[in-house]
Amino acid sequence: MDSTATLWMPPAQSTIAGEVDALFYFIFYVAMGFFFLVVLAALYFLIRYRRKGNEVGLTDGHDHNFKLELIWTIIPTILVFIVFIWGFRTYLKMNVAPKGAIEIKVTGQKWFWSFDYPNGAVTLSELVVPAGRPVKLLLSSRDVIHSFYVPDFRIKMDALPNRYTMLWFEAKNVGTYNLYCAEYCGTGHSTMLGKVKVLSVSDYEKWLANAGAEKDAEVPLPELGKKVYTGKACMTCHTIDGTPSVGPTFKNVFGHTVELSDGTTITIDENYIRESVLKPQAKVVKGFAPVMPTFQGLLSNREIDGIIAYIKTLSEQ
Amino acid sequence: MSVNKESFLPEPNFLTSPKGLKSWLLTLDHKRIGLMYLFAIMFFFMIGGIFAVLIRLELLQIGETIMSADTYNRMFTLHGAIMIFLFIIPAIPAAMGNIMLPIMLGAKDVAFPRLNLASWYIYIGGSLFAIYSMAHGAVDTGWTFYTPYSTSTNGAVISMTLGVFIIGFSSILTGLNFIVTIHKLRLPGMTWFKMPLFIWGLYATAIIQVLATPVLAITLILLILERTLGIGIFDPAMGGDPVLFQHFFWFYSHPAVYIMILPGMGIISEMVAVFSHKRIFGYKAIAFSSLGIAFLSFLVWGHHMFTSGQSEYAAMIFSFLTFMVGIPSGIKTFNWLATLFRGSITFEAPMLYVFAFLFLFTIGGLTGIFLGALPVDIHLHDTYFVVAHFHYVMMGGTVMAFLGGIHYWWPKIWGRMYSEAWARVAWVLIFVGFNMTFFTQFLLGTKGMPRRYFDYLPQFEGMHGFSSVGSLVLGAGFIVMAFYLIHAIFKGRLAGDNPWGALTLEWQTSSPPPPENFLKDPVFTHGPYDYDTVDVQRTV
Repeated sequence: MDSTATLWMPPAQSTIAGEVDALFYFIFYVAMGFFFLVVLAALYFLIRYRRKGNEVGLTDGHDHNFKLELIWTIIPTILVFIVFIWGFRTYLKMNVAPKGAIEIKVTGQKWFWSFDYPNGAVTLSELVVPAGRPVKLLLSSRDVIHSFYVPDFRIKMDALPNRYTMLWFEAKNVGTYNLYCAEYCGTGHSTMLGKVKVLSVSDYEKWLANAGAEKDAEVPLPELGKKVYTGKACMTCHTIDGTPSVGPTFKNVFGHTVELSDGTTITIDENYIRESVLKPQAKVVKGFAPVMPTFQGLLSNREIDGIIAYIKTLSEQ
Repeated sequence: MSVNKESFLPEPNFLTSPKGLKSWLLTLDHKRIGLMYLFAIMFFFMIGGIFAVLIRLELLQIGETIMSADTYNRMFTLHGAIMIFLFIIPAIPAAMGNIMLPIMLGAKDVAFPRLNLASWYIYIGGSLFAIYSMAHGAVDTGWTFYTPYSTSTNGAVISMTLGVFIIGFSSILTGLNFIVTIHKLRLPGMTWFKMPLFIWGLYATAIIQVLATPVLAITLILLILERTLGIGIFDPAMGGDPVLFQHFFWFYSHPAVYIMILPGMGIISEMVAVFSHKRIFGYKAIAFSSLGIAFLSFLVWGHHMFTSGQSEYAAMIFSFLTFMVGIPSGIKTFNWLATLFRGSITFEAPMLYVFAFLFLFTIGGLTGIFLGALPVDIHLHDTYFVVAHFHYVMMGGTVMAFLGGIHYWWPKIWGRMYSEAWARVAWVLIFVGFNMTFFTQFLLGTKGMPRRYFDYLPQFEGMHGFSSVGSLVLGAGFIVMAFYLIHAIFKGRLAGDNPWGALTLEWQTSSPPPPENFLKDPVFTHGPYDYDTVDVQRTV
């Protein structure tokens, strides 16, 4: 885990890290080439064409050379195109989580991280994940903007107070890795440190089972969502058995695409549900009247998290 | 009286006529206004520099070294805010540009001299708010003022943002003044493509100043309203969006990067031609690439936000455009190199800064490629790699060009030469100190050291310590420079009209120039870089 063992990039400990590093080193060597070209050419010209004596006469008047200028425009353009396309392809991989990834809710606040696991276990500052399995993190913040950063995995994503952001990774090796907050958040910014503890799959499952039992007091998100569903009046208009009521049902909707009243379509995801709770008129499903009141201020963020988790349990994955 | 007549400056000159403090404070002379700007920005450069050294001293060792975390957070905020808003944005246009632009055009003054003076007072007024803020708890938001941190933190955020808001108007007015001056007051015969390239740089800069700065003003006003009235535009609890602030902020602040670098590139173009005594290579390519950069600079702001949760589609477009905006800078670099070819090169201080610029700005530009590439940026964003990158661009680029410009035009402004030997000493200290300080930070950032950290893990201590020592070397270079430049004002030997053998118009009048720039009306007889047809020698 000694990140000073290499000169540039730290050890690559996630499945995507190797790809990121390949691009990094490609740019690195191309950049070195250009740097030495510029500096050595400058030094050579400076020495070769230095003035001898005090008097100076007229100098060479050539001030353009179309072929040369075309070459030094086109070559860098081609190179940055390669970098752009290469970069975008890797970036897409980094942004599309594989199906079946373990989903963990991450909440940033001044100045620690909390992690909600699928079975209701909660850990603070230490994220526990299995090696060799994709893990999807759903991030948000309770106060200011934070940023979840694990250099050894080459991943970073801001945690925002008003919307979910997502990232995923698959750790390659068992071990403990540094977790930083990368978005400035005040006094404790540099102490908002955490660890990612990577266990073998069997150890992880053992740990999770025990951790879930220990944290009975903390209600897991889906259960909380169920309570909200009945306790905060969602059931008045939304069913869970598939029949439409005043509003659409909650059964088998998550991840599905629906048509909206303005004719566009949308895939129901975390952000759509959150928006529909807070700004119900923004995107109304076709065939339903825009009558839902906003739940802005009535539901806490964790309760909204719960509703989302609950709706997910009602949908076939 | 046995005083050698030769040791007196030519009269009348703008420094001494008219005399008196009032004649300075109410002056309409662009050279005096520019000089007053120069004093003001150098004052803030010194303050910002002291903060920088204090930051590095705190980071010299692990743990609390000389200040608390809260003080540290204020220090890096003030360092950034002062260096960006009070120093580097006005440095070249408002100070060097004001002094030189009308003379280089063969004009008597800028188009609106009163507006010019007003812009200086607006700048001073705004800076007083900033100083008030520093004295009343200061700000700990970072110079970027990101919401919701900036709307929820204590401290004098309103007075600081109000100060920056006010200073923005001085920037807009200077830009407006320059655009009109360049359009209307060129010497007859000086067509657009016979203008010195510094003017092209200032022109492209002025366009950005006029178009982008109002967006900053709107953003800061919204932030102030948010803090005072709670209008909720950036407040999630009221349906607002904190990320919207980032979009607004970078819509100005990315083009602002080019407000800083474009005039610097203009100065480099002047100096590289003069000290190679050679026609500049690719005049039109350099001029048009400035305009190209100015245009594209408005379309790349999202590359500051690749980890902010913006859509992948937006990220793709911003990444692509970011690479495109890099191409014109590359073209300029190759043009400067080609200008050296078959020149007659001398190595006075301004040329040393040309070399420093080529060396450091090339590193700054190339490391921008890493940050434009999406997956690599995800890793490097908000680490010391970014800190190193923008210091190589801003300080290695703009400040080196600015220092070169100071050394280039110092004899014209004061009529006297500085010590070339001491200038070399300072240059070596600055060049070495800068690389020690900031190259180390590329390594730190690549390894995952986040920026704006008061403290760090033990594995980073060696490199942080080395970087801090570098900053002291860098600081020593500036102290040496201050001494010999001030010494030159009073004791330097006379420079004569044209100490470098240059062809642009400012070298065809006396040093220092008379109040109306030229004793008799100048005539446009040759282009700015006609070293192949006009025989010009140095006047020492």
